[in-house]
Amino acid sequence: MEMINCKINGIAVSVPKGSTILEAARYAGVDIPTLCFLKDINEIGACRICVVETTGARGLVTACVYPVAEGMEVQTNSAKVQAARRTTLELILSTHDKKCLSCVRSNDCELQKMCRDYGVEMAEKYDGFRPTYELDLSTAHLVRDNNKCILCRRCVAACRQQFVSVIGANDRGIDTHIGTPFEKQLADVPCVSCGQCEVVCPTGALVEKDDTGKVWDALADKSKTVIVQTAPSIRATLGESFGMPIGTNVEGKMVAALRRLGFDKVFDTDFGADMTIVEEATEFVDRVKNGGVLPMITSCSPGWVKFAEYYYPDQLDHLSSCKSPQQMTGAIIKTYYAEKNGLDPKDIVVVSIMPCTAKKFEVGRDDQDAAGVADVDVALTTRELARMIKRAGLDFVNLPDEEFDNPLGDDTGAAVIFGATGGVMEAALRTANDVLTGKDNEALEFHEVRGTDSIKEATYNIAGMEVKVAAVSGIASANYVMSRIKDGTAPWHFVEIMCCPGGCVNGGGQPIQPASVRNFTDLKALRAKALYDQDEAMALRKSHQSPAVKMVYDEYLGSYGSHKAHEILHTSYTGRKKYN
Amino acid sequence: MKKKISKLPFRGTAEQERQLHEVIGKYKSDPSRLMTVMQEAQEIYGYLPIEVQQMIADGMNVPLEKVYGVATFYAQFALSPKGVYNVSVCLGTACYVKGAGDLFNKISEKLGIGADECTEDGRFSLTACRCIGACGLAPVLTVNNDVYGRLTVDDVDGILAKYND
Repeated sequence: MEMINCKINGIAVSVPKGSTILEAARYAGVDIPTLCFLKDINEIGACRICVVETTGARGLVTACVYPVAEGMEVQTNSAKVQAARRTTLELILSTHDKKCLSCVRSNDCELQKMCRDYGVEMAEKYDGFRPTYELDLSTAHLVRDNNKCILCRRCVAACRQQFVSVIGANDRGIDTHIGTPFEKQLADVPCVSCGQCEVVCPTGALVEKDDTGKVWDALADKSKTVIVQTAPSIRATLGESFGMPIGTNVEGKMVAALRRLGFDKVFDTDFGADMTIVEEATEFVDRVKNGGVLPMITSCSPGWVKFAEYYYPDQLDHLSSCKSPQQMTGAIIKTYYAEKNGLDPKDIVVVSIMPCTAKKFEVGRDDQDAAGVADVDVALTTRELARMIKRAGLDFVNLPDEEFDNPLGDDTGAAVIFGATGGVMEAALRTANDVLTGKDNEALEFHEVRGTDSIKEATYNIAGMEVKVAAVSGIASANYVMSRIKDGTAPWHFVEIMCCPGGCVNGGGQPIQPASVRNFTDLKALRAKALYDQDEAMALRKSHQSPAVKMVYDEYLGSYGSHKAHEILHTSYTGRKKYN
Repeated sequence: MKKKISKLPFRGTAEQERQLHEVIGKYKSDPSRLMTVMQEAQEIYGYLPIEVQQMIADGMNVPLEKVYGVATFYAQFALSPKGVYNVSVCLGTACYVKGAGDLFNKISEKLGIGADECTEDGRFSLTACRCIGACGLAPVLTVNNDVYGRLTVDDVDGILAKYND
């Protein structure tokens, strides 16, 4: 590789040709602040926070997109640079709604940190017209507050990466704002609720709709049995909210924290994931044997399901009719578990902790009410749970490790890997292989569908049958799959689709990592590794071997895919109009 | 200035749609011609309501928000139709110092519409223009192709009344 020699603040470094000043500075151990820059997603050099002085250029240049040249000498922190950054920050603040005291992003706001680092006052330095905007509260998952927006366009780029592009920059000059076509409410445009805009927003302009109040109320209500379930990926990410390294598995501490918050039972959505697998594998085998619609596509990811409903309403019969693990767990709690324990489903509040903002949308969907009441009452994101733990004053890092409650706390390695792209496919293959061959097979790992690539394809020989599969993450790739299905060229039998790039570990409800971390760390891979490590260490690694799953079928549902299982664990889909 | 979005119902005809699809057909292989298509669409329809922008987005295979973002960035694109009579008040320097601002406000109040808007009956629209080269007659306004000069706010009622057919 051709190397370039340059100096950053007098420190000589040798970096690969094509590196930007921002990247070269990392080699010299220097962090250059950025606001608009997101590696591979938003490289537009617009905010001008990252400006530096360099030889070979008259003015200040933007380090995020300016390539280094041989012999270049860069000053990243000169008086001139600092003054320029300070002015930029003052101008951004001049139209910023400075409600830092109560802002949910206070302390992890990138703008706030930068103002603190550069000693920029909150005082109104610049008078004049200041545009004000109404909050968009129209969706179940998101609060859009343009008064806190700094127009960095990271959300616009993330939305474009997710194919739907429902937000963009509207109008111009002082009136420029991030909005939807014709200034519609977000609920009236084909937003898939993925929340990728939220995890890239540097400020509090895009935040999840906070449902913690509902949970505090339920916990305080003695007439309610409040049961919590946690999604597979939460254990791999929650620790980040408490300063623990990315990829730390905190399952035990998470359970301890939930118990101390006052939940009556702490169950594991992994149970629902195992249920999903046995039902989905059964459905797949049935489709193959009886000439059903193929490829069959997984339906665990509500953002993906919503996308299909908006963009491919005539192809919905490709989706598995299985409810997602969140909904299956809720449905079993309010039917089987309620009956077994003499509880009225109306007095049970099921709270789910999810990596996902679209789960907030999913709990309110039609046909998700097995016991006549909503399967799940409140879906919280990982971030909201972290806030509850903080408010309760729990010393998370030093909590003991505790176990999930019985009986719906059992899980298998197959369920754990649901949180990463390819995980659902691998879990389903493990079970389908055993079901079709009628024995306990050795081949547990399907490496071809692992990894963070957006599309992974493989062909497996299962019980003498060639099964072509694909594991797909991100809506742009989902759209590719659907376009192939629509034009009749799709070669696959079974496709897993997750809405967020990299799967749930990178979901829109996960802890927010600032651009300074995102730009230089593969969040998806680090978080997924925690799940695959746990899977490998487990004794039970196939969903159909879960004791809880066996018990629920033996005592309640009968066989996989039974009539009763269909009533409780399956759902339906509906085409949606894109613009209302 | 933030662009106003018309609430008037879309009155596009099959012939206009045919023309638009012809334009899109010509340019759809080249996404960089989005603005060309939008300009021609505005010539066909007079403005770019959501129905037209949606046809452009679908035809050019770009998100609707991209079309809307362009439409609101450039002053030449209109989100409201022109009325049967378009009243254009010159707010250039000479006209402005001679009281064109008051003139504009009076018309705005009388018609109940702001800049770049159209009355609900579709008869009048109001725009502000820069110099039309008739500074000697300042302040001036035009109603379609008729020019009126040396005006005061008291002339407004009389001028509008002429177009009450």
